[in-house]
Amino acid sequence: MKKLRGYAVLILMILSAGAVVLSGCGAGGRQGTDTSSITVGVANDIDSMDPNKTVSAGTRELLFNVYEGLVKPDSDGNLVPAVASAYTVNEDASIYTFTLRDGVTFHDGTPVTADDVVYSIERCADASSGNPLAPAFSSIASVEAADEKTVVITLHEGDSEFLSYLTTAVVPKNGSDYENHPIGTGPYRFVSRTPGDNIVLEKYDGYWGDGTNGGNPAQIASVTVKIVTNADTIVTNLKGGSIDLFLHLNSTQASQLGDGFTVAEGTMNLVQALYLNNAEKPFDDVRVRQALCFAMERTQIMEAVSDGGGTALGSSVYPAYRKYFMPSLADAYPTDTEKAKQLLSEAGYPDGFRFTITVPSNYRQHVDTATVLKEEFKKIGVTADIEQVEWETWLSDVYQNRSFSATVIGVDAGTLSATALLGRFESSAENNFINYSNADYDKTYAEALAETDDEAKTALFMRCEEILSEDAANVYIQDLPDFVGYSSRFTGYRFYPLYVCDLTMIRPAGDAAAQ
Amino acid sequence: MRYAARKIIMLVVTVLAISFVVFLAFSVIPGDPALTILGGQTDPARVEALREQMGLNAPLPVRYVRWLRSFLAGDFGMSYRYSVPVSRLLGEKIPITLILTLESFLFMLLISIPLGIYSARHAGGRADRALVILNQIIMAVPPFFSGILITFFFGMLLHWFVPGGYVSWRVSLSGCVGYLVFPAIAIALPKSAMVVSILRRSLLKEARLDYVRTAYSRGSRTNYVLYRHMLRNAMGPVVTFLGMAAADMVAGSIIIEQVFGIPGLGRALLTAIANRDYPVVEAIIVLISVLVVASGAAVDLICRRLDPRISLD
Repeated sequence: MKKLRGYAVLILMILSAGAVVLSGCGAGGRQGTDTSSITVGVANDIDSMDPNKTVSAGTRELLFNVYEGLVKPDSDGNLVPAVASAYTVNEDASIYTFTLRDGVTFHDGTPVTADDVVYSIERCADASSGNPLAPAFSSIASVEAADEKTVVITLHEGDSEFLSYLTTAVVPKNGSDYENHPIGTGPYRFVSRTPGDNIVLEKYDGYWGDGTNGGNPAQIASVTVKIVTNADTIVTNLKGGSIDLFLHLNSTQASQLGDGFTVAEGTMNLVQALYLNNAEKPFDDVRVRQALCFAMERTQIMEAVSDGGGTALGSSVYPAYRKYFMPSLADAYPTDTEKAKQLLSEAGYPDGFRFTITVPSNYRQHVDTATVLKEEFKKIGVTADIEQVEWETWLSDVYQNRSFSATVIGVDAGTLSATALLGRFESSAENNFINYSNADYDKTYAEALAETDDEAKTALFMRCEEILSEDAANVYIQDLPDFVGYSSRFTGYRFYPLYVCDLTMIRPAGDAAAQ
Repeated sequence: MRYAARKIIMLVVTVLAISFVVFLAFSVIPGDPALTILGGQTDPARVEALREQMGLNAPLPVRYVRWLRSFLAGDFGMSYRYSVPVSRLLGEKIPITLILTLESFLFMLLISIPLGIYSARHAGGRADRALVILNQIIMAVPPFFSGILITFFFGMLLHWFVPGGYVSWRVSLSGCVGYLVFPAIAIALPKSAMVVSILRRSLLKEARLDYVRTAYSRGSRTNYVLYRHMLRNAMGPVVTFLGMAAADMVAGSIIIEQVFGIPGLGRALLTAIANRDYPVVEAIIVLISVLVVASGAAVDLICRRLDPRISLD
């Protein structure tokens, strides 16, 4: 026994030696009151540091802090001048003239010139390798630097929604490898990146914004974005102090944080729905689609997926689009099993049918939604099989090749223009993955685009929403709630109506001067 | 010499076979790297153009030979996802996995060898019986679970380490080694339990052999017999197992990396598979297979030193 005791002591010594090494390495100092740096946790790595090549919303939301366009959205979703200080639009919205702001510099210190802006726009409009990087830029007829500080963009035809695309990043003309040497004009500048692990940003001291002229300077000197791929460790990491803030928690994780943390609640700003392949049987029949809408009990899903949070949706527009959002459409199909069954019989499926819901397995909330839907559809004799697939598989099979019958997913928007959400349902749209086709819709949508009177235009876009609802293009469910949890050492996080994480909003708690 | 030649041939054949299977697997599973790079908002013409540019449209054997040729020339290609050379990407990750594996191995030796000897010496005693039961339990606990327990106990309750607070070896080597102590223990525990039981059994088997009785009859003391004669002979099966364990630890680290938030080879491999980043996947798999074959060779060599009767040719 004596030997064993001696051995136990040895083991303990090794362990404590490890602990000493650890506390000496600085990681232990994390839990202090240091607010000059913050570690922001995210679930997925950035897909590209090149602002024009990013595809994922998670990347866009972070690069928002590094790059800016001529205009950029503010926290209410309005477009405000950024690299430009003012702009004018001619009568039929075909000529946009921008005056560049004085004192805007790139992160390497060189001033932004009209030539840089022209280069940035031309880079995205360049159609030599197939389609342009930014498809909307194919409507540009010319872009010119009228003088040192003035850029004139002329479109082939009037488009009053065009301004929203000019959030596209302005990059230096002489830059080449934006992927490894990103240079923008935003409040934070890029320092380093370790793929799969972290991205380090630091405050750009030469930022033009001073908090009064429309731009907000960074208030925390250094930001480390840390990739936490294992969802089960997020709460432990927050509590242990290795991350200070996590973007996009679910309600369970948010409720586990407890003391010492602030939880901000917002919405994910997406349209979650059971998207149906409108070209495939049985969903080519509007009665079948409507039957599914009547069969769904939305509150049950919202209860199961987001503890009753979230906003009910009845069409392809989410509430952040205040101008266009129509809350009443969510009541278009109250739960009515009898009606659903009757519609099914009329469509020739008195005994129901069987179909497959393909859902990406990495999105818990969509998988859970599919599971609840499956139960609800049983009541009208419809059997749904759930097939969970990898995200990459979903992207190629469902989204690209459109070989699916139904899928649960959330569709978001890159800009706050109605076209970003409604454009995909135009029958010939490249991203119309549900194969929706309705002549009436196409006509109304085209009219809305051509209309220059704002009120009439809004009315036409709303008509488009109604058509999608009447047609039961998809089984619309909700806009999911979104939570951001952060250490109470910090304060100020704000949700944007877009998928954006504005790091300049975050400041040390108790810093009265900053308020 | 013949031994070395045979091992090298075996290594080459193994790596060729494995790398081809990986190629084959990727051509069967759905997903398209070009589409992954461009994302869902793009149009098919762009995807097609990029596929062509990336050389993805060539038939499988052509692509394989093309990859093999540049791989042999030392060019591991560019990561599709990160647009950096694979060698640079992995250069960052390999030391992490190496440190983790070495640490786990060290802990395994430190824990298991003394315990195994103790257990055999006092076979049948109370402590030995307790150890045997404890061993069974520890063997049955998978590393990821002990990892979670360790995180909770040492990280959340005792604050001996910061969960997820991994420090890059580039920033601070001691910090990195320090953070990896607990993940290494999680990996080492079940393996240690196995080594204890193998060593114990092996020693007890030796104890019944004639030479041990002869040694005792010569008047040697227990310690002398144990350390001078028995241990060396009993190590054979242990070393064989250690070799397998070392290879297994590289694989085990993939899971433990997830639990402790370590951005090592394992995470790189999982991300690369999810992104259909073939060049990265191929390089990691080849690397792991080299490690496995190499640890097998190391075991052979050590066994031969322990027991010169074993012939390697």
